[in-house]
Amino acid sequence: MSPALGRAKPRLPRLANWSGGLGFALMALALAVLPLTNLVYPYFIMEALCFALFACAFNLLIGYAGLLSFGHAMFLGTGGYLCAQAATAWGLPAGLALSTGTAAAALLGLVVGLLSVRRQGIYFAMITLALAQMVYFFFLQAPFTHGEDGIQGVPQGLLFGLFDLSNQTTLYYATLVVFLAGFLFIVRVIDSPFGEVLKGVRENESRMISLGYKVDRYKLLAFVLSAALAGLAGALKAIVTQSASLTDAHWTTSGDVVLMTLVGGMGTIYGPVVGAFVIVAMQQYLAQFGQWVTVIQGLVFVACVLLFRRGIVGEVARWLRL
Amino acid sequence: MAALYGQLLIGLINGAFYALLSLGLAVIFGMLNIINFAHGAFYMMGAFCAWFLLHRFGLNYWWALALCPLIMGLFGALIERTLLRWISSLDHIYGLLLTFGLALIIQGVFLNEFGSSGMPYGIPHALSGGRNLGFMFLPNYRAWVIGFSIVVCFATWFGIERTRWGAYLRAATENPELVRAFGINVPRMITLTYGFGVALAALAGVMAAPIDQVRPLMGADFIIVVFAVVVVGGMGSIAGSILAGFALGVIEGLTKYFYPEASSTIVFVVMALVLLARPAGLFGRTA
Repeated sequence: MSPALGRAKPRLPRLANWSGGLGFALMALALAVLPLTNLVYPYFIMEALCFALFACAFNLLIGYAGLLSFGHAMFLGTGGYLCAQAATAWGLPAGLALSTGTAAAALLGLVVGLLSVRRQGIYFAMITLALAQMVYFFFLQAPFTHGEDGIQGVPQGLLFGLFDLSNQTTLYYATLVVFLAGFLFIVRVIDSPFGEVLKGVRENESRMISLGYKVDRYKLLAFVLSAALAGLAGALKAIVTQSASLTDAHWTTSGDVVLMTLVGGMGTIYGPVVGAFVIVAMQQYLAQFGQWVTVIQGLVFVACVLLFRRGIVGEVARWLRL
Repeated sequence: MAALYGQLLIGLINGAFYALLSLGLAVIFGMLNIINFAHGAFYMMGAFCAWFLLHRFGLNYWWALALCPLIMGLFGALIERTLLRWISSLDHIYGLLLTFGLALIIQGVFLNEFGSSGMPYGIPHALSGGRNLGFMFLPNYRAWVIGFSIVVCFATWFGIERTRWGAYLRAATENPELVRAFGINVPRMITLTYGFGVALAALAGVMAAPIDQVRPLMGADFIIVVFAVVVVGGMGSIAGSILAGFALGVIEGLTKYFYPEASSTIVFVVMALVLLARPAGLFGRTA
């Protein structure tokens, strides 16, 4: 993988030093206060948070392991469908339904990862895209997903028997806590010795092999972690929107998460969050223009690749010389 | 039995399109090292080009077969010169992202103009009707598609593997700096190669117009199957992409007859099995 994709500098673990901790605290505070301002619908922020977690999970692969998965929607879709099925048909409480979706996505990630981490670069992208299309057709045909209709009316119920998620405020803060926990977990992974090995693989795979690392195992573990977190995002989305649908598993969603990460900044920890909010807002406010949203998204894609490869967070960090 | 032969024929037709499209992808990949995500959009534009020529200029199928690849080839060359050249020194993943963006733009514009429903395109007069082979009925147009695509695939293979220009091309794939030092204009070769790959996609689009309907998303899902075909064939190989295209088309046709539920996933299942046994693809060299 060429250095163009990543610009990691050796630095302290990001949340251990004061500025890293401050950044995280600011983000958490802003997200906690945002619904109180009545500027935006809490529902919109919750949806954006689900996609932000999804994009962070995707960024763990592209930004730190140098693997471009073009089929990540399969994990979002799997997490969503299995969580919705667990809550609706099996009557499991919210906590267990979320776990079911996450575990199912992790399992799928293991199978897909075993097949795909054997190839790199664009091969990896094509293989993940093709396997995701297979999963999409499975969901289209499997009886429990109700095809085009999807699973509707997912009960929100009680989280851990204490928090009533059908209350909008409780649901919002529960979503926020899940997102922040997932975000912290990803940052912890990136800053761990395991994360350092991943960055080494991204920068120079042959060298890591010569140093004795079994790089395929590292890549596989990164893939499974990313799949599980994407599944958690999908499961959370199923609870928030009370539905699971085919859109979440479609390749356009895989494209969306690539775009979110690219816009926000690949290989930056806050980039995917910013990118997710930008793209979800764009889709929301431009929805009246119908198919032109697709055209605009395509233009943003082209502009980012040609002019702003660092993304929003990456460019800002460069100006501020962070 | 007639149903089996019918599905085999459909399989061969699909295989012809898989082969033409994966061949174009392989040619482009060999020279530019990028996966052309906009290939499905170019295929769709080829079909629309034929439709326009017929309804705006009164030029029939045979004109379209000659003109559409030319027009789209020029369009492709323009895209290479204006966009892809900018990022040629970067990681190849950016080529994939850029062409994905292009595909979104092109498909979005066509969806806005024409909606998602299809427009019919008649079978050319000379190829209407069909003949009875005794065991099945063979429509003339379908026989033409299979025969002509085999000719085009063979000609492309021959041109790249057996001619002097093909040798330059293969040499430039291996070592562009050295080939430039011999006085061959490699950047122009890259432009022409991309244009040629796009022209192949447009040719497939023209041939598909009378079979499929002319619609903006005709290439969108199709191209993902073609990616799987390319993985099965192995990226480095011209012959591999052609053979894998036809073979997977036939396998898909057989699946439609014996186990229709799996017909939309069988190509991906075959891809997964091939990856387990030979990660580089059936005809590919390990990269």
